Amino acid sequence: MTTYSFRLFIAGQTVRSQEAVANLRLLCDSRLRHRYDLQIVDAVERPELAEEERILATPTVIRLSPSPQRRVIGDLSDHPRTALALGLPNASPHSEEVRP
Amino acid sequence: MTSGNGPVSRVATAINGFDQVALGGLPAGRCTLVTGTAGSGKTLFATEFLARGIQVHDEPGVFVTFEEPPADIRSNALSLGLTIAEWERDGKWAFVDASATSTEEGAIIGAYDFHALAARIGHAVHTIGAKRVSMDSLGTVFLRFPGQATVRQELLRVAESLESLGVTSVITTERETEYGSISRFGVEEFALNNVIVLRNNLIQERRRRTLEIVKLRGGPHRTGEWLFTIDPRDGIVIVPLAFLAPHEGAVVRDRVSTGLPDLDEMCGGGVYRDAMILLTGPTGVGKTLTALRFVAAGVEAGERCLLYTFDETRQQLNRNASGWGMDLSAMEATGLLQVVSEYPETSSLEDHFILVRRVVEEFRPARLVIDTLSALERIATPRALLDFFVALGAVLRPRAITALLTSLPADRTASSAGLGIAARIDSLTDVSVLLRYVEMAGRAHRAIAVLQTRGSAHDHRIREVLLDSAGLHIGDPLHGVSSVLAGYGEPVFTADPYGAADRRAPAPRVDLDG
Repeated sequence: MTTYSFRLFIAGQTVRSQEAVANLRLLCDSRLRHRYDLQIVDAVERPELAEEERILATPTVIRLSPSPQRRVIGDLSDHPRTALALGLPNASPHSEEVRP
Repeated sequence: MTSGNGPVSRVATAINGFDQVALGGLPAGRCTLVTGTAGSGKTLFATEFLARGIQVHDEPGVFVTFEEPPADIRSNALSLGLTIAEWERDGKWAFVDASATSTEEGAIIGAYDFHALAARIGHAVHTIGAKRVSMDSLGTVFLRFPGQATVRQELLRVAESLESLGVTSVITTERETEYGSISRFGVEEFALNNVIVLRNNLIQERRRRTLEIVKLRGGPHRTGEWLFTIDPRDGIVIVPLAFLAPHEGAVVRDRVSTGLPDLDEMCGGGVYRDAMILLTGPTGVGKTLTALRFVAAGVEAGERCLLYTFDETRQQLNRNASGWGMDLSAMEATGLLQVVSEYPETSSLEDHFILVRRVVEEFRPARLVIDTLSALERIATPRALLDFFVALGAVLRPRAITALLTSLPADRTASSAGLGIAARIDSLTDVSVLLRYVEMAGRAHRAIAVLQTRGSAHDHRIREVLLDSAGLHIGDPLHGVSSVLAGYGEPVFTADPYGAADRRAPAPRVDLDG
């Protein structure tokens, strides 16, 4: 089974940051169960990591694996589009995913 | 963008000529928007703002690039002798690379901000202790991210974060036309306090670059468009025109010889050492000869002389000089004479000015000849030529250089398209000398008149000039002629006497006055 790995860049503990984390977790939980790991990086605290990945906008999520890398910018509030952009498998029928 | 009144101190950019136009530099600790069309020199301005900061003030700088990758900026700057890679190694320069090619942008889903960018810039500023930041250029960000309003607001926040870092910054942005709204995407809304416009016009098939300071908070600045050029050695050079303060040093009281004892006498005993002499006359009347005598007198007195000719090649000048018994090569061999022969068309007027200034600074002449100013009319608008002249004065006067500038008579252009250079700069020169043809009793005579010698008495009579192999001699006053001052001599009895002389030697001129 493929394991997914994500790095989510946020900037401070803002509402937008929290929404992005919640949206991504919800998506991953519903579509990947436990087959993923998620690293959250605060660009304000770790600007050198943002520099390394050349992050401009926050929130930005990078799918580190499986390759190729994919990036999605924004608070990820549109779940189906986010899932598509990150290449996640289809959701189970009872998912709580929302489309804004 | 931040409130608060009172004086804002300025940061000298050390970009050639800019601080004089801005009366000190850019507002310290603030953002300044630099806007211009493609190719107007925005990126160079942003680059030089940091480079001169490092070179002149030892102030490290951070370059945020949205458009060109750092490698391109490094190599472009290197062609101007700016060693960014070295400065990066020395911790004086840091890039924040936000260029599109290096950023794998994905889909944009939902709300976002540019806090990560602000954090990266802040990190770079703290790491190298930067005092200056350049961001180049905002327009591309609008093309990469959706929602103009959001992008504008987020960029505003980034700009504010720069001010809170205490750095002085330059932000560049595009505009679509040379005149009209300040920039695309309404960026000016958040940078209204400090705005500079760079323009790149083609006027009469010649490129004309100008810089205009639209506004700078907390103090005065000069208004209007200032010519600048991009010099392969010095980068941006704003041609220092009328803003160069009049020379306030000691007034020069000693006089020097023009090389023609009779002319010295007419001027009241030579000319002041810092004088600018304007010699006007039609082709063939003796301007170049007078100029060569002026140079020879300088060399004999052990003074360094710089001779610029825009009309003749070096060989032609040598031949003419030897015909009059002067050996230019021998004078050059003494190290006291430097001859520069250039066709006006080889560069723009601004570039000519910068070259003249550079040679003056390096050769440090006591005398300068430009033969003729009129040749420059072929490549410049009247306004630009006037600026050139004023700027030249600002270079020469503080150094007390005696200058002899030759020109065709003003009336030649007066008939076709406004005043020639001679008429326009007349009031700016110290000594004004006319050489003219006069036809009397079926013979062409030459006449000389000294119209003004600022600060001293002079001979008001119109005198005859004799030209022979030994040179130019001033003879008796001419009687029975009129209209010499109008640009041509006319015997009181004859109509249109000079027409033949005029047609004999048409001036190499293209009027660009429009």
